[in-house]
Amino acid sequence: MNRIEIDNDFCKGCHLCIAVCPQEVLEISKVRSGKGYLVPRVARVDDCTGCLQCEMTCPDLSITVIHDKGKKEADHA
Amino acid sequence: MNKNIEIVQGNEACVRGALAAGCRFFAGYPITPATEIAELMALMLPDHDGAFVQMEDELGSINAVVGAAWGGMKACTATTGPGFSLMQEGIGYAAMTETPCVIINVQRGGPATGQPTMSSQQDVMQAKYGSHGDYEIIALCPSSVQEGFELTVKAFNLAERFRVPVVVLSDEIVGHTREKLRIPESVEVTPRTAPMAPPQEYQMYKVGPDGLLDGMPQVGQGYNILVESQAHGEDGNRKGNDIVTCARVIEHLCAKITDHAQELTDIVTLDCEDAEVLVVAYGSVVRSAKHAVRLAREQGIKAGLVQLRILWPFPDEALSRLAASASKVVVPEMNIGKISREVQRVLGGQVKVVSLPALGGELHTPQKIISELGS
Amino acid sequence: MHPLAEKMLRKSALPSIYCPGCGHGTVLNSFLRAVEKLGIYENMALVGGIGCSGWTPVFINTDTIHSLHGRAIAMATGLKLAQPKRKVVVFSGDGDCVAIGGNHFIHAARRNIDLTVVMLNNNIYGMTGGQVAPTTPYQARTQTSPRGNPEQPFDACELARAAGATYIARWTTAQPAQMAKAMREAIEHKGFSFVETVVQCPTQAGRYMYGTSSAVKLYEMLKDNSVKASKAGELTPEELTGKIVVGRLLQKTDRPEFTEGVYGLSDAKGA
Repeated sequence: MNRIEIDNDFCKGCHLCIAVCPQEVLEISKVRSGKGYLVPRVARVDDCTGCLQCEMTCPDLSITVIHDKGKKEADHA
Repeated sequence: MNKNIEIVQGNEACVRGALAAGCRFFAGYPITPATEIAELMALMLPDHDGAFVQMEDELGSINAVVGAAWGGMKACTATTGPGFSLMQEGIGYAAMTETPCVIINVQRGGPATGQPTMSSQQDVMQAKYGSHGDYEIIALCPSSVQEGFELTVKAFNLAERFRVPVVVLSDEIVGHTREKLRIPESVEVTPRTAPMAPPQEYQMYKVGPDGLLDGMPQVGQGYNILVESQAHGEDGNRKGNDIVTCARVIEHLCAKITDHAQELTDIVTLDCEDAEVLVVAYGSVVRSAKHAVRLAREQGIKAGLVQLRILWPFPDEALSRLAASASKVVVPEMNIGKISREVQRVLGGQVKVVSLPALGGELHTPQKIISELGS
Repeated sequence: MHPLAEKMLRKSALPSIYCPGCGHGTVLNSFLRAVEKLGIYENMALVGGIGCSGWTPVFINTDTIHSLHGRAIAMATGLKLAQPKRKVVVFSGDGDCVAIGGNHFIHAARRNIDLTVVMLNNNIYGMTGGQVAPTTPYQARTQTSPRGNPEQPFDACELARAAGATYIARWTTAQPAQMAKAMREAIEHKGFSFVETVVQCPTQAGRYMYGTSSAVKLYEMLKDNSVKASKAGELTPEELTGKIVVGRLLQKTDRPEFTEGVYGLSDAKGA
């Protein structure tokens, strides 16, 4: 299973990650971050294919997708 | 024949001085009467492993100079009035970011296109105040081909020491005069020195106890420099809304020059010891003024000459001292009387200050100056 | 924080000044990926112009010059000539690059100097509050074209091509992987390389020109309006109106590079 880390300290709650995910893995959280943004949360991590769309689109570099062990390492570059 | 003596133009002397001082980058745009400087730089820099680029305009020129300076090169440009106006934006950037660089302004008549082929000293205030905001620069005024060489070397050295744009305020007469240039065996050169602090401790704009910054880092040395022209804190990051920091930045930019006014005084005197009337002159006007003082002495007038080789910062103290026993000071200059007001500011109340402007491009004749000395 | 951000961002300059959902951040994201893949983090220098776009390199912990409005390419020209082996990348906005800095842009392209210029095009002056830009569409409403823009916009890629650039690509924030790849190609290319990144500006362009400040909606507009360069030839000018032609638009090697020419001169003494 892939892992998705969201850094709420840098997220500005634009929700582009939610929009770009082809698998609808992410959704808007019901709680606000310390800065008052409605940050995304990982709702269906089982569906994550590790395509990195969310990670590559994030304007604040707040998302990191860590590929499942045993599978190919995520190529963050 | 001494092979170290050549007959060259003032503009060439500036080029020779720049190269002797370690200049390895020139960016410029052709403009009369400064063009020969670009031409000679284009010819000579390749043999010094340097780079010449003719930019698309003077905005490009001064900014390329700034870029090259941070790339580690001693860099300069040359222009005259209209180009000098365009460069003011970049000069302000260099002042704010404390970028060492040299701007040679071979002054011609203004305003606007003015008198492209005729001399003037109309840009003396622009050199000091040309860019917006409060800052200080250094300006030097050669009066001969020899001084064109010497003061250009000095300009580069001062730029390094004070991390400031330095203006060589030449003029068309000095620039286009051909006369003897004695090239010294060696010249004293202030090297560019990297900061003393190691990269992990280095603060871009931390002011030392001497009021100056710690060396000059360059791109690629591991300092991860941030060259920032917004009002910045010591680490280089902008602090545009921090009143205390912003005030400190401006005070520092001014104080690093004004607090070193004594070191930055460069005056040459002639017959001043017992002088009752003084001529205060700079640049090409010094040539007439020297002759006028000699002729006046022959006529029994106790005249003396104070030549300002560094015009900015203005030598308040030295001038005050030199004029202590004079009863009259004459300030001939090829503008409407700009520096006479500075002299008035310094000596006002102490002695009578007479402005002697010459407009239209013609140098004062010695007789014109003498007529003011004797009256 | 993403590991690339951890490695390469200038922590003292964070958080970024960008509004939520600003496409500039995606360009920064793509650039970090390009730098990592090329392994040039230790061998680059960045120059930013003025405006939101010009801040991009300030957030990167490397040698960065935050220059004057429009002058980034001129400063980069001097820097590149001083250090010809270093990869020098300019970040410039559409106003910075083709309005106030237009002259430096075309002449750098003409010289084919080995610089990479990343133009962040949001079709508006963002930082000053949403004024008409040289890239603003005809008749679009902005704060200084309140009755519709009477001017025609520049196609910056065509301008670069006409001026002599030798690598040109355009991508939008809806194609971040391709954008990063184009940056890699541009940085590796010897000569003047130009990458136009079309970005959403929710705060200014979104509100005034496109009727929405939703980053997601603006992103989807960019995605929907993107047409691959390979397909654009099949479309009529009418069909292409409002479209964004994306892809690698030019790569050629037949023009000599400028810094090599400058330093070649010392070998040609007296010639």
